[in-house]
Amino acid sequence: MSVPQDWTPPTAGSQDSRPSREHVVAGLKATDEGDPELVQLLTPEGERVADPRFDKYATDVDVDALRSLYRDLVLVRRFDREGNALQRQGQLGIWVPLLGQEAAQIGAGRAMAPQDMAFPSYREHGVAWTRGIDPTDLLGIFRGTDHGSWDPKATRFHLYTIVIGNQVLNAAGYAMGQKFEGKVGDGPDSEATICFFGDGATSQGDVHEGFVWAAVYDAPVVFYCQNNQWAISEPTERQSRVPLYKRATGYGFPGIRVDGNDVLACLAVTRWALEECRSGNGPVLIEAFTYRMDAHTTSDDPSRYRLADELELWKLKDPIERVRVNLVREHGVGQEFFDGVQAESDELAARFREFCVNMPQPAPDRMFSQVYAEPSPLIEAQRAEFLDYHASFEGV
Amino acid sequence: MAQTTLAKALNNGLRAAMERDPKVIVMGEDVGKLGGVYRVTDGLQKDFGEQRVLDTPLAESGIIGTAVGLAIRGFRPVCEIQFDGFVFPGFDQIVSQLAKLHYRSQGKVKVPVVVRIPFGGGIGAVEHHSESPESYFAHAAGLKVVACSNPADAYWMIQQAIASDDPVIFFEPKRRYWEKGEIDLDAEPHPLFASRVVRPGSTLTVATYGPMLKTCLAAASAAESDGHELEVIDLRTLSPLDLDPVLESVRRTGHLVVVAEAPSESSITSEVVARVQQAAFYSLEAPVLRVTGFDTPYPPSKCEEDYLPDLDRVLDAVDRSLAW
Ligand SMILES: Cc1ncc(C[n+]2csc(CCOP(=O)(O)OP(=O)(O)O)c2C)c(N)n1
Repeated sequence: MSVPQDWTPPTAGSQDSRPSREHVVAGLKATDEGDPELVQLLTPEGERVADPRFDKYATDVDVDALRSLYRDLVLVRRFDREGNALQRQGQLGIWVPLLGQEAAQIGAGRAMAPQDMAFPSYREHGVAWTRGIDPTDLLGIFRGTDHGSWDPKATRFHLYTIVIGNQVLNAAGYAMGQKFEGKVGDGPDSEATICFFGDGATSQGDVHEGFVWAAVYDAPVVFYCQNNQWAISEPTERQSRVPLYKRATGYGFPGIRVDGNDVLACLAVTRWALEECRSGNGPVLIEAFTYRMDAHTTSDDPSRYRLADELELWKLKDPIERVRVNLVREHGVGQEFFDGVQAESDELAARFREFCVNMPQPAPDRMFSQVYAEPSPLIEAQRAEFLDYHASFEGV
Repeated sequence: MAQTTLAKALNNGLRAAMERDPKVIVMGEDVGKLGGVYRVTDGLQKDFGEQRVLDTPLAESGIIGTAVGLAIRGFRPVCEIQFDGFVFPGFDQIVSQLAKLHYRSQGKVKVPVVVRIPFGGGIGAVEHHSESPESYFAHAAGLKVVACSNPADAYWMIQQAIASDDPVIFFEPKRRYWEKGEIDLDAEPHPLFASRVVRPGSTLTVATYGPMLKTCLAAASAAESDGHELEVIDLRTLSPLDLDPVLESVRRTGHLVVVAEAPSESSITSEVVARVQQAAFYSLEAPVLRVTGFDTPYPPSKCEEDYLPDLDRVLDAVDRSLAW
């Protein structure tokens, strides 16, 4: 298995390395925040730091590329905030916020090649953005008009998966298919798969089984765990006794932890991992160490379990701010650029909102469509009966 | 007792069972600090501690499977599944172990586990949060399956389910969690595995359970203005089905409408129809009609009003039955 030159395989966590319950802020327990393995290219203060292992995966990120990443981060955050507001105003049934996770998603998403395939969970609005899915396409799920309106084949971005961990096996299987079809290797059309899930998901049997399958079939799949510290009210320590990335060793593939609030590091590490997969050395587990700055969903009340301190701590690590500071300090980017992105994000938010409030109600018999690929007499009979019944109200 | 919501009634019932028996433990995702996403377990961890109210890792197979082990050890675990659509990762443990251990061991091993599942739609949720999977469990021999429909029943039924030596799959009508009702603490509770006539009537029998009880009662009130006296029966126990009150009723009314949110094919409602026609064929003046969800996956929430049986659909079936 090839790894970057000075890669040290992660060592299994020993019990003593666990921080004591008393000493750590609730959400940071058992997660070794200060782990020396954490890959970082951009500090929270916006300073570019060298990383001998991963710098080479970001050499092409010049000031223009960095501006472009900044734009992604800002626009994604903007429509995410708009989603939250729309839910508060009764326009959406629910919204799943990604606040704080923009860098983890943009970095990973921008690392993908067009031919790569992504399997998201339900919070991956930023990854969807990088796959060219218009943010308005996400609205139907949360407004209740559909279960995902984009074409997973055309966009190479699978539908959102709400059942925790289910998609990990599907991703492993898809990647096995890529391998069986000879799409791994050095060729220009070689492919990889990336699968997104949360820290809580790592407890599910499906995720464990997905790791086993991917390992024994050498499937080209990057398992991308966004450890946002919380599975609704449960901290990561409720799911694991060792840092999550260290689990990979037990399955026989590399696991690596990256600063999930550092878009550059997420980009570089994911590029490396995808290349590993494309060239036949997969799978790889990436733990993007980040934090859910908002509620789990708009139905959740984090004040019941989360500490305010913790939130304040993570505000200092904001993924957007550090790119902005870097652009200003190290590249002399002027205010005009930031104003431009701001204006663009306002436009996007307005378009997003307008689309949302004007979404048409699905046709009444929408629920009968596409239950099966082949005709179903039962469904057709029910549809006909339903339409008759519906018609009986006309003119009443 | 004052008016209490169904969620609070369950909370009080759980509390009573935990106070009575130190072997009763509550386990599930977010049941501790958060008190469950519906707050049914609110405050229990604070009062009973972390060893009796377990915030478990996020894994349903793990929740059920370890509950089985705890039960073998003498505990009485009450597992919370967060939403209906998330029981399936735990389905294997439920049907392979929970349902069969007593039989396999010929009674040497008891597994008194309760699996609580908020079920049904009508809350405008996303996928997997509105399903009615009860028939899967009723089909598995070895499980008992019940559904509560109102606060008083919820309060007693949860305690009875916990006291039962058999595994009980306990369905809670999530869209009724916030509805209030009186609980008479001095009344003798209705037996757990028995259905119940909730509203007597002589024109036509309506059999239902869970969230649809309220809808059917509303239909019965509406039918009154047309001069129809509907008898409404809350099935309460879905496996074993207690059809005696239904049969007794049908022998008087000659008409039966069965109502549930779940799709119709191979379901609780099909079972009711099959058995009633077998046992009361000559009393029936019309075929037994069903009002159910459609045989589609649960649709996007903007369609659920059309998907879910409502007052009009129940009344339409009543009219069709009576016009036979
Ligand atoms: C199988 C299953 N069980 C329970 C749930 C309910 N649920 C939705 S999200 C969630 C927490 C997920 O946490 P994590 O995997 O860390 O992802 P995050 O939402 O934090 O990104 C739970 C318990 C679910 N969706 N699927």
